[in-house]
Amino acid sequence: MAIRDETRMLLESMNRLFEDKSIKQVIDAAETGVFASDLWQAVAETGVPLAALPESAGGADAEWSDLFAVLRVAGRFSAPIPLAETMLAGWVAAAAGLEPSDGPMTVGPVRAGDKLTLVRDGNAWRLSGTASRLPYASHVAKTVLVVDGPDGEMAVALDGTGEAQITSGKNIANEARDTLTFDNVRIAADAAGTLGGGVSRAALYRRGALARATMMSGALERALDLGVTYAQERVQFGRPISKFQAVQHNLAVLASQTAAAVAAANFGIDALGKDADRETLLIAVAKTRVGEAATLACELAHQVHGAIGFTKEYSLQLSTRRLWSWREEFGSDPEWAVQVGKAVCANGAGNLWAMLTAA
Amino acid sequence: MATPMFRFDPVELPPEAIALRHEVRDFIAEHQHLMGLARSEFNRDFSRAMGKKGWIGMTWPKQYGGHERSAFERYVMIEEMLAAGAPLSAHYIGDRQSGPNILRFGTEEQKQFFCPKIAAGELTFCIGMSEPNSGSDLAGTRTRAVKVDGGYRINGSKLWTSNAHRSDYAILFCKMASDGKEEVDRHGGATQFLLDLKTPGIEIRPVINLLGEHHFNEIFLTDVFVPDWLLLGKEGNGWNQVTSELAFERSAPDRFLVLFQMLREMVRMAGPDPDKATAAALGKLISHLATLRGMSLSIAGMLQEGLSPNNESAIVKDLGTRYEQDIPVVARQLFPTEPELEAIDAYVSLIARSTMNAPRFSIQGGTREILRGIIARGLGLR
Repeated sequence: MAIRDETRMLLESMNRLFEDKSIKQVIDAAETGVFASDLWQAVAETGVPLAALPESAGGADAEWSDLFAVLRVAGRFSAPIPLAETMLAGWVAAAAGLEPSDGPMTVGPVRAGDKLTLVRDGNAWRLSGTASRLPYASHVAKTVLVVDGPDGEMAVALDGTGEAQITSGKNIANEARDTLTFDNVRIAADAAGTLGGGVSRAALYRRGALARATMMSGALERALDLGVTYAQERVQFGRPISKFQAVQHNLAVLASQTAAAVAAANFGIDALGKDADRETLLIAVAKTRVGEAATLACELAHQVHGAIGFTKEYSLQLSTRRLWSWREEFGSDPEWAVQVGKAVCANGAGNLWAMLTAA
Repeated sequence: MATPMFRFDPVELPPEAIALRHEVRDFIAEHQHLMGLARSEFNRDFSRAMGKKGWIGMTWPKQYGGHERSAFERYVMIEEMLAAGAPLSAHYIGDRQSGPNILRFGTEEQKQFFCPKIAAGELTFCIGMSEPNSGSDLAGTRTRAVKVDGGYRINGSKLWTSNAHRSDYAILFCKMASDGKEEVDRHGGATQFLLDLKTPGIEIRPVINLLGEHHFNEIFLTDVFVPDWLLLGKEGNGWNQVTSELAFERSAPDRFLVLFQMLREMVRMAGPDPDKATAAALGKLISHLATLRGMSLSIAGMLQEGLSPNNESAIVKDLGTRYEQDIPVVARQLFPTEPELEAIDAYVSLIARSTMNAPRFSIQGGTREILRGIIARGLGLR
């Protein structure tokens, strides 16, 4: 399928932007806990974070497939900003008739076990419960949460993190993952809305998983690129190590796993908005397959790099620490594999082939 | 990024391919008694029936017995047949690589003579590449052809030739004799012939595989005369031609669907509500399969656009054989049994068969090491 011209141009310009601005100094600084405001500003100016929204809501009616492709680029350059979260927060907010923010946003819950309950309080609402490990919560302009309302799922949009108690945390890539606790917190009437448009907690969790899988596929491309480049430059025993067959084969496997990861994420993206069962299956497949690829690929990329890859100074760790973090977020690959297995078994062996080949 | 990235973009099947899928499923249902891993995979009647349906040489020009259908239609037909365990061996090589190679390099006379017969399921081809001392290293081939009046005289031997004992022709890879001169170019003089296996001077001996089955053969050629008109392509162009033939060989979805029935049997045994560990193990395999299938479909898209996705094919084959070799390993962890080839229980027999067959997956059609060398070259490392 030929890639559309607009998509190609968007990706080229976003690639340039991240290449220029999501550099190691910026990432290192962000990892100390300072928000990467310049990088965020540059990305926000492109309109990409809210581009999926309808034009009436300040968006550009952009294709989700294009936005996910941008997430792959963001993952490739380890961009330390809540881009996926802001895209998804805007999507949830719009589905509940809530105002998104122009600034960075976070979205949740991101963990399957969390519980958030909204009850009526006159014209307003009261929110209780916990949203654990929300990406970048301590840095955002708005927090958008899917909650259990009296008549089903609703969304709330809080300025900053509202009146939540915040417990800071981070993943092993030093990206903020903050836990918000709400103890009967008052929510204004216009900050809560009923969800429509097929958006639900489960749908958010799936899109979050697909976003992570896509970002991981970009990080894998980066790890492969670093590995291939390094192997051609590093000389041992009188020749570049890329001339040794053992190293070539490690890189070949790394390239294969990377290609499979990019493909699996793209197949998930391609299924968005099509048949619901197929979308669910292919997103679960994507997070499962990309997670497995990441585990193997990190090992190989480090093996090719030797000791230098194990240093803070060299860039490989920016990608591998994110891969080790992201593979666990929005459900790990073993957890999603259970979902794939259960779906297939519930469908029955006789329907397995039909399920795999459904258009 | 400077490093080449191998891309597998999603493709959408055209409506005619989706319609064909239903037609193929009906055909498979009619021939259900011939389907299954444990049954003979070589069945000329079945191949003729497929020829009548127009499912051999699907993408070839009509003037040579083909049907001018898309690479997607061909893909759908093949994946349905493979998943069902259909007996394709009698026409598979001809359809996948011999026919396309003849269409690409053959004379008008050869195209007219061979392709319609292959497409009708009447003519079985085998692959005459490997030799006792030339497996992965095809350039080391020793079989020699000498130009004689009206044709060529060929001496040498071929090994690991699957189905030679029940094939009509082989595409023989050999070298022109160099009159005792030292060979400088290891690829020089390579030449392909369309070899009629009934020609005097050919002896075919079985090589029994570790399952106790007869698929492999050794072919001995003693002063075999091949007439001029059966030279394929040009003298000395064999290296190019065989590279193209191998690309056809590696682009098919048969590298990850051989054990599909085994996987299906595992899903059946897991039941509708499996425990977590079982669901996870099956889910992981399914994730591989779904991704491999999408990648393979993407390759069909590249073929349809006239590209030569050699690196991508090597990747799918390497990943596909790994996945298939994992199937019996996962099976024995989830559902332990003592394997027995002739067992009445389908699973017990399948695990025996797949365990013993597994080693060949990463050897035939290019070993794992050769494929990784191709991928490394694609990365610019060689």
